Amino acid sequence: MDEFTTWDILRNLLLAARWTVLLSLVSFIGGGLVGAALLFARIGEGRIGPAFVKTYVELFQGTPLLMQLFLAFFGLGLFGIDVPAWLAAGVALILWSAAFLTEIWRGCVESVARGQWEASSSLGMGYLQQMRHVILPQALRIAVPPTVGFSVQVVKGTALTSIIGFVELSKAGTIVTNATFEPFTVYGFVALIYFCLCWPLSKSSQILERKLNVAHRNH
Amino acid sequence: MSLIEITEVKKRFGDNEVLKGINIDVAPGEVIAIIGRSGSGKSTLLRCINGLETIDEGSISVAGAQLLPDELHLKALRLKVGMIFQQFNLFPHLTAGRNVMLSQMVVKKTPKAEAEAMAKKMMERVGLGHKFDAYPDQLSGGQQQRVAIARALAMQPIALLCDEITSALDPELVSEVLAVVKELAGEGMTLMMVTHEMRFARDVCSRVVFMHQGRVHEIGKPEDVFSSPKTPELQQFLGVAH
Amino acid sequence: MNYAFDYGWLFVYWPVLVKGIGITLELTLVGGVLGVALGIACAWARALGPGWLRPVVATYVELIRNTPFLIQLFFIFFGLPALGVRMGELEAANLAMVINLGAYGCEIIRAGIQATPNGQFEAGASLGMSRLQTFWHVVLIPALQRIWPALSSQIVIVMLGSAAVSQIAAEDLTFAANFIQSRTFRAFEAYFVATAIYLALAIALRQALRGLGWTLFPKRTAR
Repeated sequence: MDEFTTWDILRNLLLAARWTVLLSLVSFIGGGLVGAALLFARIGEGRIGPAFVKTYVELFQGTPLLMQLFLAFFGLGLFGIDVPAWLAAGVALILWSAAFLTEIWRGCVESVARGQWEASSSLGMGYLQQMRHVILPQALRIAVPPTVGFSVQVVKGTALTSIIGFVELSKAGTIVTNATFEPFTVYGFVALIYFCLCWPLSKSSQILERKLNVAHRNH
Repeated sequence: MSLIEITEVKKRFGDNEVLKGINIDVAPGEVIAIIGRSGSGKSTLLRCINGLETIDEGSISVAGAQLLPDELHLKALRLKVGMIFQQFNLFPHLTAGRNVMLSQMVVKKTPKAEAEAMAKKMMERVGLGHKFDAYPDQLSGGQQQRVAIARALAMQPIALLCDEITSALDPELVSEVLAVVKELAGEGMTLMMVTHEMRFARDVCSRVVFMHQGRVHEIGKPEDVFSSPKTPELQQFLGVAH
Repeated sequence: MNYAFDYGWLFVYWPVLVKGIGITLELTLVGGVLGVALGIACAWARALGPGWLRPVVATYVELIRNTPFLIQLFFIFFGLPALGVRMGELEAANLAMVINLGAYGCEIIRAGIQATPNGQFEAGASLGMSRLQTFWHVVLIPALQRIWPALSSQIVIVMLGSAAVSQIAAEDLTFAANFIQSRTFRAFEAYFVATAIYLALAIALRQALRGLGWTLFPKRTAR
């Protein structure tokens, strides 16, 4: 085995970090789409939709993401397909993200004041029109900071996919550690790269929230 | 010999000079009413005497002890001077009795039994012996303020500062609080109170201080201040207040 | 799909699961209690502590909140021995959970402290209490009460996140599921059962924390 320089370590980790970024993007966007669909079922009229989404959210928020990954990995395998790790990782993370996003967004829709619903229905708008023209535009503004904040959870959540064998940043850390026997340096770098991915997101979420609060106060 | 000596006290918030050289001497047993428009600096003055605000110039001493901004001197001062606030500021997670016991036990290290006995006595004194185990949110505003008075009295201060203690109360609850204060005054407690209750100031106080734009504009016996105000500002203020 | 589910192994392996549940609960209890204690200390430091301490705590909080728990765990268990700090897998798991909850708890509790009306601090001061005494006797309990739901959720999240400690061979519930699937080759069933148990634990923990809230804060307090 050749000597690893610090640069070799970092280069290998950075290459693997591309997969962390890609998986995060896929999960976040996919989760957002599924989450939006769930949101409409949740706040819609009817009985089955809301109950289903409630249970869905309860299940995904009440169990470890790691278990969801295992179940996706082995569960998809039951259908006789040879499941690649990236597929199981993507499916589980999308479903998991959807649960959290739909819950965040529901909170935002509900925080739009009651008076807005009453005012818009008094103007003769139907449910969909109210949603489209009055409620969603307002809820969307409130939703941006916590949604950006949740993206940090998604990036961190991808680390668990290393356990079902998806080679991203964390898995690369383990592989490089096994080759170099320098866990302190390697995991230090891994943590640093995650931090560089997450911190800008956390920070912008905070800044957005502060801006929103200021804007609200000026009303 | 004065109990509270306030000498040339100045206080600034940024560029805004709120107190522009205040001189007041308070003798033991005196009851001083401080009146004036909002923004005249009257609340700030009281808060300075209790060390809740630091002063920029001048000196304040209570019973010979100087007010200095370090925690040791502040604590010594606050053991001599109690303060009652407009918003009561009871501790919401403690019963009324516990509110009165807490600082005795924490600050004076009074044993629990003793603190409890003292608390019972003080609660009786403000007429709330039966509310010992009630939580603040189960009490009316007037009752809460009376507990706050009991809490301050339990520390056995030699003077009490009252900062608009009836301003947050519904009108029908004002008199029960003032009755307690009047009783204290009768027992010889030294009191300095910022108040809008002109009738109370006239009936109970030994001297009235009218503050205007950060200065003591007029000071004197209530009958003089109220019956023959010398300055146009006080005349106008009393005209407005009546 | 022609797969026959088989849960027969439960009759043989249930003691393994029970042991795993025990360890997961133990980790959660220790991590929860010490993590909240650390969170309180850090929240005090950030909101009311001395100036030099605030950036130190802020850095700790940001570092923990912006890196995955799994990496924190690996760093503690595999990385720290390079500095001569060696510990067993359970200690490492506990430490990682305490540090993790401490950081999140800090931010949650800090919000509770900052919502304290100024008059509470002034009342404490006017009665002669020191800043620390005022914090401890006057500010803390109502602050915790304000944020108790958020803190409870975070403790549940930490419990669920503890599934990762199986990766340093701490023998928790996930470890038990791994063990069972390696013996029985009933991977889906093993993880399915473990997932169901986690769900039950999460629901129970949430209820327990709600109950704890009622005993800790017997009175609704004014905000």
